[in-house]
Amino acid sequence: MNRILVSVFRKEMIHILRDPQSLVMVLLMPLLMLFLYGYAITLDMKSIDTAIIDESRTPESRSLAARLSAGDFFRITSRDAPLDTIGDLFESRTARCVLVIPSDYASRLMAEGGAKVELIIDASDPNAASFVDVYVGQVVAEESAARGGGGRLLFTVSPRVLYNPDMRSADFFVPGLIAVILILISTLLTSIAIVREKETGTMEQILVSPIKPGQMILGKVLPYTILGFLAGILILVGGSLWFDVPIKGSLLLVLGMMFIYTVTGISMGILVSTIAKTQAVAMLAAVMLTMLPVIMMSGFIFPVSSMPRVFQWLSAIIPATYFLEIIRGIVLKGSAFADIWRQAAILVGMDVLLIVASVRTFRVRLE
Amino acid sequence: MGNGAFEGYAVQVRDLTRRFGDFVAVDRVSFDVPRGEIFGFLGANGAGKTTTIRMLCGLLSPSSGSGTVAGRDIVRDYERIKLGIGYMSQKFSLYEDLTVRENMEFYGGIYGLGAAGIRKSGEALLESLELEPQADKLVGGLPMGWKQRVALSCALVHDPEIVFLDEPTSGVDPASRRNFWLLIYRLADRGKTVFVTTHYMDEAEYCGRVSIMKGGKIAEIGNPHRLKERYGLATMQEVFIKVVGEGEG
Repeated sequence: MNRILVSVFRKEMIHILRDPQSLVMVLLMPLLMLFLYGYAITLDMKSIDTAIIDESRTPESRSLAARLSAGDFFRITSRDAPLDTIGDLFESRTARCVLVIPSDYASRLMAEGGAKVELIIDASDPNAASFVDVYVGQVVAEESAARGGGGRLLFTVSPRVLYNPDMRSADFFVPGLIAVILILISTLLTSIAIVREKETGTMEQILVSPIKPGQMILGKVLPYTILGFLAGILILVGGSLWFDVPIKGSLLLVLGMMFIYTVTGISMGILVSTIAKTQAVAMLAAVMLTMLPVIMMSGFIFPVSSMPRVFQWLSAIIPATYFLEIIRGIVLKGSAFADIWRQAAILVGMDVLLIVASVRTFRVRLE
Repeated sequence: MGNGAFEGYAVQVRDLTRRFGDFVAVDRVSFDVPRGEIFGFLGANGAGKTTTIRMLCGLLSPSSGSGTVAGRDIVRDYERIKLGIGYMSQKFSLYEDLTVRENMEFYGGIYGLGAAGIRKSGEALLESLELEPQADKLVGGLPMGWKQRVALSCALVHDPEIVFLDEPTSGVDPASRRNFWLLIYRLADRGKTVFVTTHYMDEAEYCGRVSIMKGGKIAEIGNPHRLKERYGLATMQEVFIKVVGEGEG
C-alpha cells in the first residue's frame, strides 16, 4: 500500500527535478508577481499634481491653499492660471485636479459662514479621482474646522484607517498574492501532471496495475502540494523581508490554512484533468478557473462589498474569497482561529465536496 | 495457483459479451489459451480485439459471460487479475524523462514490489533483454527498437503469468521486429503465456495459435499451418483476407 504510494511520489519528484526550467518558473513566478504587485501596481496615492486658481486673493483663500499643499498628497504644479486654460492643464498633464477659489470666497465666508470652492478632477482614472475627491473634502473640512465657530460645518467626517494605517498597497497585496499563487500552482500543476499521463499513454499502463485511485492521486499530488507550499512561503518571506509586511497572527495558523486551501486547488486540478484531454486545454482551464475569478471576484483587488449583486453571489462560491479573509485577517489583524473559523469551515466544506466529486469522476474515467 | 477446473489454461472464456448501449462490441466469444502458448489475436480495426483485451486485463467489466484469466474470475475477481498479468501497449507507455532503470522501478513499485524485489527481477530482465548498457540512460533518447524492449521489461518486472502485447511491433524496423519475436519465444520457453495482437501477418505465422475476430465474434481459430492447409492458401495474409473479407459485399 505505502510502497505503491512511495513509488508514485518518487517518480513524480523525478519529473519535477528533471525539468529545472519549470521548477524555476514555479518558484520565480511568485516572486515576480510579488514585485509586480508590490511596486508597479500601487494603489498608494501621493503627489497628485494639483493646480490652484485663487481668484479671491485674500488671507482666507491663501490659508486654504496652504493647507492643501501642506501634506504630501497634493503637489502644487500651477498657480493662478487663467480659468479658460483648465482644459490645457489637464491635457498637458500638468494637473490632475484643479481647485478654484472664487473671488467672493472671503466675503461669503464672513457674511454667511459658508463659501463654495470648486474642484475639477480628471476622472480618466476614476479610482484616483474618488481618492482626490475624498482627500480634498478632508482638507476643506479641516480648514473650516480651523476657522472655528464661524463655520457652518457642524461636523466633519474624518475616516480612520485601521490595520493598514499607512494604507500601503503591499500590506494589502502580499497576503492576497498567496491566495492567487497557491491555487494557481496547485490546480495547474496537478491537472497537467495527470493529463500528461493520459497524453503519453502511461495512464493506461498504470491502470492495468493493481494500484488504487487513491494511491495514484495522493502520490501524484503530494509533490505539487509541497511546491505550492514553497511558493506560498516564498511570498510570505519575500513580503516580510522586502516589503515589511508583518505577520501579526500565528504563523502556524497561516500554514494550516494554506494547507486547506492547497487541497482546494489540488482537487480542482483533478477535476480539470478528468475533463481535459490535452495539456494545453488543462492549462487553459486551470488558469480560467483560478486566476480570473481570484483576481476579479474574490476581493483580491476590488472589494466584494462594492461589486454588483450578481458578482457578490459568485464571489461566495469562490474558495479564494474565504481564504483572502482568513489570510488578511491573520497576517494584518492578527486574527486567531476563533475569528476565522467560519471561513475555515466553509473552505473545508468546499474541499470535501471537491474531493468527493473529483475522485468520483476520476473513477468513472477509469471505466 | 488457479482453481482445479482451469488448471493448464492461462485464459479461458465462455460467451464473453460486451455492449456499449445498443452496440455489441464483443458478441459471445469463447476460447481457451493453454499456459505457455503464444496466442495471436488478429482482426481488422473495430472487430472487437481491444474491447476483448480490456476485459481480459480487468480494465472493463463484461456485460455477460464468464471466464478466468491467470486463474482468477474475470467477473468477481477482476481486480486481482491485474497482479497476474503484464501489459504492453503499442504506444510503449514509458516516461521519457526517466532512465530505463527508473521506469522499471516505477512499474515494479506500483505492483507493490519492494526495492530488493525490483532490483532482483530488474537485473535479470536487463540482462536477458540485453538492456544493461542502456540501464541508466534516459528513455527519451533511445531508438524505437530499444524503447520497445524497455516497455516489455516494464511489463514483466512483477513476473506475471500472462503478458498481453498490444501491437508491440508497430513503428519498429524489421530487424528489431525479428529480435523482438526471439524474445517472445524465449518468454514462452520460460512458461509465460503470450497474448499478442498484430497487424503484420508474417508475425501471425510465428504464433502457436491465432484467432481472427470479425464483427465482435471469433471467425476462425487455430494453428497457422493448419489454417493455411484448410483454406488451401500459402500465407496467413491470404487466410486473413479470406476470413475477414467473407460475406462482405
